[in-house]
Amino acid sequence: MPADVILLAHGSGGRLSHELIREVFLAHFGNALLNPQDDSAVFPIDLPAGARLALTTDSYVVRPIFFPGGDIGTLAVCGTVNDLAMVGARPLHLSAGFILEEGLSVQDLTRVTASMARAAADAGVAIVTGDTKVVERGSADGLFINTAGVGVVAPGLSISGSNVKPGDVILLSGPIGAHGMAVLSQREGLQFSFPLCSDCAPLNGLVAAMLAAKPNIHCLRDPTRGGLATTLNEIAGQSHVGIEVDEVAIPVPEGVRAACELLGLDPLYVANEGKLVAFVPPEASGAVLLAMRAHPLGREATAIGLVTAEGLGRVVLRTALGARRVLDMLSGAQLPRIC
Amino acid sequence: MKYIDEFRDPQSVQRWLDRIRKRSTQPVRLMEFCGGHTHAIARFGLRRLLPASVQLLAGPGCPVCVTSSRDLDTALAIAQLPGVILTTFGDMLRVPGSQGSLERARAGGADVRMVYSTLDALAIARSNPHRDVVFLGIGFETTAPTVAAAAVQAGAERLANFSILSLHKLTPPAMRAILAAGEVRVSGIIGPGHVTTIIGADAWQFLPRDHHIPCAIAGFEPLDILQAIWALVDMIEGAAPDVRNTYSRSVRPAGNRVAQGLLERVFQTTDAEWRGLGTLARSGLVLREEFATLDAARRFCVQVGASREPAGCLCGQVLRGITAPPECPLFGKACRLEHPVGPCMVSGEGACAAYIQYGEA
Repeated sequence: MPADVILLAHGSGGRLSHELIREVFLAHFGNALLNPQDDSAVFPIDLPAGARLALTTDSYVVRPIFFPGGDIGTLAVCGTVNDLAMVGARPLHLSAGFILEEGLSVQDLTRVTASMARAAADAGVAIVTGDTKVVERGSADGLFINTAGVGVVAPGLSISGSNVKPGDVILLSGPIGAHGMAVLSQREGLQFSFPLCSDCAPLNGLVAAMLAAKPNIHCLRDPTRGGLATTLNEIAGQSHVGIEVDEVAIPVPEGVRAACELLGLDPLYVANEGKLVAFVPPEASGAVLLAMRAHPLGREATAIGLVTAEGLGRVVLRTALGARRVLDMLSGAQLPRIC
Repeated sequence: MKYIDEFRDPQSVQRWLDRIRKRSTQPVRLMEFCGGHTHAIARFGLRRLLPASVQLLAGPGCPVCVTSSRDLDTALAIAQLPGVILTTFGDMLRVPGSQGSLERARAGGADVRMVYSTLDALAIARSNPHRDVVFLGIGFETTAPTVAAAAVQAGAERLANFSILSLHKLTPPAMRAILAAGEVRVSGIIGPGHVTTIIGADAWQFLPRDHHIPCAIAGFEPLDILQAIWALVDMIEGAAPDVRNTYSRSVRPAGNRVAQGLLERVFQTTDAEWRGLGTLARSGLVLREEFATLDAARRFCVQVGASREPAGCLCGQVLRGITAPPECPLFGKACRLEHPVGPCMVSGEGACAAYIQYGEA
């Protein structure tokens, strides 16, 4: 009978550790590479000439662990899968490292693990190696997860934040702000009369469809922390170009808008976990946009602006009223207003 | 979205801009008291849509910005006492005092927590009975009633470990001080919509009566602000100066009596130090004797040394409307959003933050 809460002994490497690995992790993640429980997952890889490997890592510390539309497990898989997808890589395998706080409920851990397994299945990847540590109560906030991922970049692709060119069309895969507002409202116990649900999703399928339509996409980026505005600023800086986007063209769900209005936040700075921005040469933009709209995660994809050779490193927003103003990068956290 | 979309409708905005253009024959300088207006004006790009004859000046209406270094140092000292949990609204965390900011104090081990509501601070006090939970109350008449409500609730619950450091301030004394100083020529005032929802439009009658300038109370959407500007231009061009309420969906002549009653019950006025304006008579709110046990200033007798303003920072002049943010030598150089030197660069209501965040494109 497994314990109902995580004890320091679960991290000792002894019987309780093995029980946890068997009954929670292997029960959900089990696959041919993980099951032998060797110190490393060993797998062959068949790379066509000119193909390259992509390797990424990310740590997840969201509070609360569970939120409408997902949990820390969904994030830990989707986030790393998306980091691979954003360089055009086809994700292959993931690792998962868990830092558990003494006292965490095993039921919560099991729920998170099941979410990870589901997200991995959705993305078509396997979790092939892992690690668990338990820290004393008070040394962590319930549960931290690190995932790393490896993927294959097909020959000929050159997708990078420094690859954007004046004239590129900027495509956004769907409405923004849902994830950040869902997590915020859950964390702060804010009750809205409308549902706010995270958009957390693996984007590798959408990216594959886009690359199948036109492989010459210049840049892909998922606007996570800091939101769309921060992502656009990063790319304007990396590629040393100007960016001009149209406020009216950027879709924001009604619920996100209303919640942001109430709290004095700007949806352009709110995190997303299942959206991407693509910078595409003008002649390819029509085909890529059609491919996005044909995919379930890109149904509401739309063009939001253009890359220019003016105002280098800067993002300009054309407001709904026809004015043009700078859309700056976020400094520090977005905070609710007082007055 | 109701109450939002119709007030951001581009065609209606154009119509009101046309009306302003037609009515305006002379240059006017209008001060928006409220930092929320400064940000809305910048965010929607209104300054560039208005005719050149209409000049807008930012006023002192940023609660974080007008908090004196000395008061901030007191809050920092309390936050660093053993056993204290200091709770406050988000913007306050980043404001630099003479001894660093609350954000830095937190990184150094102080237990400083951001809350969205005073009720959250009460909840923290209930769930931490062995800790002293202090709510750092800043803000104008808009936020003070919620703090008053928390004081009443804490009293009713006999929540012995909860207290309030009240740095609340009243807006009319600041407006009077700026006009009395005569440093800045202002032809009309865009009145603060949220504050006036509480205190009532009648509270601004002293502007036309004593200072012969018109006041228009405005909401925070583009159309609200343009209607207020039109009302001011209209009064300047012809009609006698008066107080016009262009935010009637929220503001009443006498304001919110329930909130006023609550303020009256919990707080009394006191002289308060404002950054940039100095000490203004009866411009602050402290807890009444009846609520003295909840007063953090009395509970924790912290001594703070001489406070100092950041060298070269012109926030004080910006708050008085005599210096525009870009005229400050630190603006965009030593003082940036990511490294604010003065409070006006920190806050979601600060004029410097608005100018730099939504800069001229």
